[in-house]
Amino acid sequence: MTTPAIETAGLVKTFGDNRAVDGVDLSVPAGTVYGLLGPNGAGKTTVVRMLATLLRPDGGSARVFGHDVIHQADAVRSRVSLTGQYASVDEDLTGTENLVLLARLLGHSKSQARERAARLLEAFGLTDAADRQVKKYSGGMRRRIDIGASILNTPDLLFLDEPTTGLDPRSRNQVWDIVRLVVAHGTTVLLTTQYLDEADRLAGRIAVIDHGTVIAEGTPGELKASIGAGTVHVRLRDPDQRPAAERVLAEELGTAVQLDPDPVALTARAEAAGSERGAAEHAARVLGRLAEAGIVVDDFSLGQPSLDEVFLALTDRPAVAVEEAVA
Amino acid sequence: MSTVTEPAAYTPSAESLSAVLARGDKPGRPGALAASIAFGWRAMLKIKHVPEQLFDVTAFPIIMTLMFTYLFGGALAGSTREYLQFFLPGIMVTSVVMITMYTGVGLNTDIEKGVFDRFRTLPVWRPAALVGMIFGDVLRYILAAATIMVVGLILGFRPAGGLMGVLAGIALLVVFSFAFSWIWTMFGLFLRSEKSVMGVSMLVLFPLTFLSNVFVEPSTMPGWLQAFVEVNPISHLVTAIRSIMAGSWDMGAVMWTLIASAALVAVFGTLTMRLYNRK
Repeated sequence: MTTPAIETAGLVKTFGDNRAVDGVDLSVPAGTVYGLLGPNGAGKTTVVRMLATLLRPDGGSARVFGHDVIHQADAVRSRVSLTGQYASVDEDLTGTENLVLLARLLGHSKSQARERAARLLEAFGLTDAADRQVKKYSGGMRRRIDIGASILNTPDLLFLDEPTTGLDPRSRNQVWDIVRLVVAHGTTVLLTTQYLDEADRLAGRIAVIDHGTVIAEGTPGELKASIGAGTVHVRLRDPDQRPAAERVLAEELGTAVQLDPDPVALTARAEAAGSERGAAEHAARVLGRLAEAGIVVDDFSLGQPSLDEVFLALTDRPAVAVEEAVA
Repeated sequence: MSTVTEPAAYTPSAESLSAVLARGDKPGRPGALAASIAFGWRAMLKIKHVPEQLFDVTAFPIIMTLMFTYLFGGALAGSTREYLQFFLPGIMVTSVVMITMYTGVGLNTDIEKGVFDRFRTLPVWRPAALVGMIFGDVLRYILAAATIMVVGLILGFRPAGGLMGVLAGIALLVVFSFAFSWIWTMFGLFLRSEKSVMGVSMLVLFPLTFLSNVFVEPSTMPGWLQAFVEVNPISHLVTAIRSIMAGSWDMGAVMWTLIASAALVAVFGTLTMRLYNRK
């Protein structure tokens, strides 16, 4: 068996009284995208910082490609790269200067460094902005130069800490495309995210993390199946029919029906857990019964469970954002 | 501040990314000096992009020199010109040593940004990022010292040691200031905010520079103060530089300064790196 990219056992980090990471076991096979999913303050960033040799674990062990993160930190550093939540580039410097500096620090000669910087800028669509200070870049461009800086050394393991938080949809799609291309080249990616949607699109496996512990682990499909809930959204043509529609949803789904601010819209959870039918089957029956009752439906959808629903299903409480304590 | 608008929608292309991701031979890791110089280049670039920051190493020393020369000159030495022969090496030390505190302030603001996360995950000699930063500051020290020397020469300072004396004096000052900077890197990493770094620096620097032999001969001071001035490292530095610029090297003071510099780096460099690794 090949060495896993990441292997942790009972990893612990405390900040004062706060056990930010409280016994995390992970095993990430090389060559895959692994998602760490959780709300703010769950301990995702702290795990990443320990694996990237930025924070010293207080307990347990962590190995990256078989190298211990404490005792063989330099061996780990030569294999990994980190794109943090905040731009990990120097905002006062231009795009070219940032990349040349890093290339020089990785041992490239001056001419190699310039050439490599130019090629990276081109690959990330930043040639026109090469000589501008990074602080003048847009959010999407900043994120791209950041990822570009991270793959300058062709890392075997890339940490992406919430790579799309705060980005507009187009920039987010660009980041997703880049991640897929990077992985296709054999780089393992550890991705932290607050969005189930993002983990679902990119990750082969996901660990759901809460209060510093892993509360569920598996492929996106396994996780969704274990939760088995979706959200049914219905939009009627006639607001007067809403009370009738509400009764149908309540009877068929057996969950609380929410009346949206829009007077023609209703929302309810479709639960599969404890039922013979899947969530989609429940939804189909709701649609059938609405038609039978002569209620005109303009729009109908079954949404994926959100992170909140994952949390509700796994912990019986919603994902509450807490300020993450990161030293 | 305006942000750059993207000319056309960017689509990541497989070919161009493949080209940069190709697993060629990785270059060997750079040595300690090469890495430090690369970080020093970063400091130069920062000065290039924000040249206003050189204001404090040019205007501040000029004001200090003019202010004290005309304030004390007549009273203490009979004339400003007379006083300047005694005072110039001292005010040069005071100004440059005061400027060293910006190393800590700069590091404190710098480290709050994400870029240090990247530096600390690079497989390079650990102190390189900080050594490089101080290399950049050394340039500022040289600039400040040169500024004061020019002002001094204009006002009538005539060093008996000649050009060599002046250059050697400035060199010793720069060596000491490089070593002294490590105190501020420690505080820069240790204290939470830029303001507190500034506060602590002032608290240390004011007594250290004023309670010395910079402004007056210590013989007129009360005994307890003379005792402090005697052990104050700034006094030794000033004595050494005065003697060098006067062309009559006080080897005891020079040696004392060099040993103190080595000790400062050993103690505060070590403490700084401990904090840096733990951050």
